[in-house]
Amino acid sequence: MLKVNQLMTAGALALGALASSVHAEDTVKVGVLHSLSGTMAISETSLRDVLLFTFDEINAKGGVLGKKIEPVVVDGASNWPLFAEKAKQLLEQDKVAVTFGCWTSVSRKSVLPVYEKNNGLLFYPVQYEGQEESQNVFYTAEAVNQQATPAIDYLLKQGYTKFYLIGTDYVYPQTTNLVLLEYLLSKGVALENIGGGFKKDDSGKIISAGKYTPFGHTDYQQIVAEIKQFSAGGKTAVVSTLNGDTNVPFFKEYAAAGLTADTAPVVSFSISEDEFRGLPAKQLVGQLGCWTYFQSIKSPANKAFVARFKKWLKTTTVPGIVKEDRVTCSPMVLSYDGVYLWKAAVEKAGSFDVDKVRAALKSGLSFDGPGGKVTTQPNMHLTKNVFIGETTAKGQFKILEEFKDVYGEPWLLGKFKAK
Amino acid sequence: MSSLSTRHKVELIAAGFISLFFIVIFPLLNAHGMVSDFTINLWGKYLCYALLAISVDLLWGYTGLLSLGQALFFSLGGYMMGMYLMRMIGDLGQYHKPIPDFLVFLGWTELPKFWKPFSSFPFAFSLILLLPGLLALVFGFLAFRSRIKGVYFSILTQALTYGASLMFFRNDMLMGGNNGFTDFKFILGHDLRSATTQRGLFIVTAIVLLLVYTSLRLLSHTKFGLVQRAIRDGENRVLFSGYATAHFKLFIFVIAALIASIGGALYVPQVGIINPSEMTPDKSLEAVVWCAVGGRGTLVGPIIGAISINSLKSWASRAAPDYWLVILGGLFVVVVLLLPGGIVSIPARLKSLWQRVTRQPSA
Repeated sequence: MLKVNQLMTAGALALGALASSVHAEDTVKVGVLHSLSGTMAISETSLRDVLLFTFDEINAKGGVLGKKIEPVVVDGASNWPLFAEKAKQLLEQDKVAVTFGCWTSVSRKSVLPVYEKNNGLLFYPVQYEGQEESQNVFYTAEAVNQQATPAIDYLLKQGYTKFYLIGTDYVYPQTTNLVLLEYLLSKGVALENIGGGFKKDDSGKIISAGKYTPFGHTDYQQIVAEIKQFSAGGKTAVVSTLNGDTNVPFFKEYAAAGLTADTAPVVSFSISEDEFRGLPAKQLVGQLGCWTYFQSIKSPANKAFVARFKKWLKTTTVPGIVKEDRVTCSPMVLSYDGVYLWKAAVEKAGSFDVDKVRAALKSGLSFDGPGGKVTTQPNMHLTKNVFIGETTAKGQFKILEEFKDVYGEPWLLGKFKAK
Repeated sequence: MSSLSTRHKVELIAAGFISLFFIVIFPLLNAHGMVSDFTINLWGKYLCYALLAISVDLLWGYTGLLSLGQALFFSLGGYMMGMYLMRMIGDLGQYHKPIPDFLVFLGWTELPKFWKPFSSFPFAFSLILLLPGLLALVFGFLAFRSRIKGVYFSILTQALTYGASLMFFRNDMLMGGNNGFTDFKFILGHDLRSATTQRGLFIVTAIVLLLVYTSLRLLSHTKFGLVQRAIRDGENRVLFSGYATAHFKLFIFVIAALIASIGGALYVPQVGIINPSEMTPDKSLEAVVWCAVGGRGTLVGPIIGAISINSLKSWASRAAPDYWLVILGGLFVVVVLLLPGGIVSIPARLKSLWQRVTRQPSA
């Protein structure tokens, strides 16, 4: 009897395999390329989670073009050569129709040649420096003019006259600050009212603006003293592109020096709701943030989105998901919007073919996301709303100002001319 | 003695077959579409890692010097090659300027002076050997002359590579900062994105690995190799026997640096990116783990270790993205606890186990 049973099982398994191979024809493979381990995991795992949630949501409603989304999740492990390898694997082995992934600029740069060579399509969801417009990347990310320059507009309106620029030494802060320098000068802010220092080349042209510290820097005593001195001469705001855990010692030192959100507010571009899972929000109360989405947006669409995501977290069986104290943030919502925009583009094109999907994306598709309406642009970027918010003790943001339908502009260096 | 020579014969024949497979058959299969371009590219990367692992083992397994700085030499070779490849992009970058993109980014309009000679491949190639070689020579001279050994040597080499990574992270260094170099297009006039070029690079890597393996095999049979192992087992005795151990160690340290550097130089065009996180101490530690798993103190061990762990990593980070680190970690624990001689010791262990089982009745 046992033998018969075994045979039956084997037969059933074979049938099952057959069935699943039939089933496989009704799915479309979609790549998820984020770091699930290493230094970036704390941020990027949340994007993997929200992507899986979105796929489940779409699959429950019948999928894309009648096909269920079959996610292929890989771990880039915060290791940039591994990102390139995984991108090759997704495109050449798994032949995914589209990939959602990357956080850091360096990971995007490392996979870019792979996507261009294989004519793949990557949706990139995190604020970045611009100066790039690949035909194989759709940037749902905030461009500098959808985060940094609106923040300056807000501060200027509030009567701030002096600006101190500080950031971590890599491409995003360096470029953002150069754009901000040009922007501030074009708004009539005098050069001596822009703090942090400048670096000039032999001809006297400024090639770097602002103060830079390396990754993982911990000693901010001297820099904060400099900010304090700088802020003495007028109404001052600090524009921070400091990254990740360096924010902890920076804000500690800032508070210790007696600087507060009232005397000299800091506007940070790298701290979202999700980062407060690892940062002490209490030290940052009143400091400003600027994103194209905040969890505190009061629209019914956003409330429903947050509720659905939390419900999904409770029921999901995906291994390794953190279920408690979860929040939503801009990169997560831009990932969510990206999936729906891709779906819309595929449906418009009637095909998963990258060239056709790209053409559909360029034609200006709209989606009503949790942060309001977003619209794709011919330059592979996204028009969206921009919000300025004030940090609360709970690690959320109180929305102070909204800019409607800001057009994503990647090429900003040299755009703003001094008066 | 005769059993030793048959063992060597077996090893020689095995090595011959394996190299024939990698240098001739594998690329041929690829050319005829039986092995995918992705696979051959992946194996090219593994073989480069094998070179790094050999350089670690030459120091650790053969000489008793645990260097945690080999990733630095690997990356330096990679950077020198990367500078050449950056120059070969020409004006095909994002900005269509005749200088590398990241320099345009930083506001440069002209090529910095030290970048200029890198347009020449012979120059870049000579620096791949000279720069890490000289660094190893100076560092090794100072370290060995002061009789720094054991854990102090490990800490110093680790500090060296950490310091270098911090330096390369800085944008002021004009070496691409955090992003490093990427988006390469051509090498010696060949398109890097074509399958033929990648296959060629794979063959070159396999040949280099074979050459390194053979020369080190020969070296270990000379008197030099004997002294080398004697230093590992009891440096003071060697010293008192009248050998200047520092010179021996310095020579090995430089050779190991060169092997790592060549590995790095071959790695960069196949992987398509080099950046400072490649020279952080944990990369060196990874290579140490490959050696330990493969079997240190042998030449095949590091090769087997580098290939098996990295292919496991490639497979597991796709098949089990949430668990793969646990799988890898578990494997290390198992190897350290149950298999201190690494994978290469499995046949000998099985043999002794078999002997024990067959002898049982008589006992």
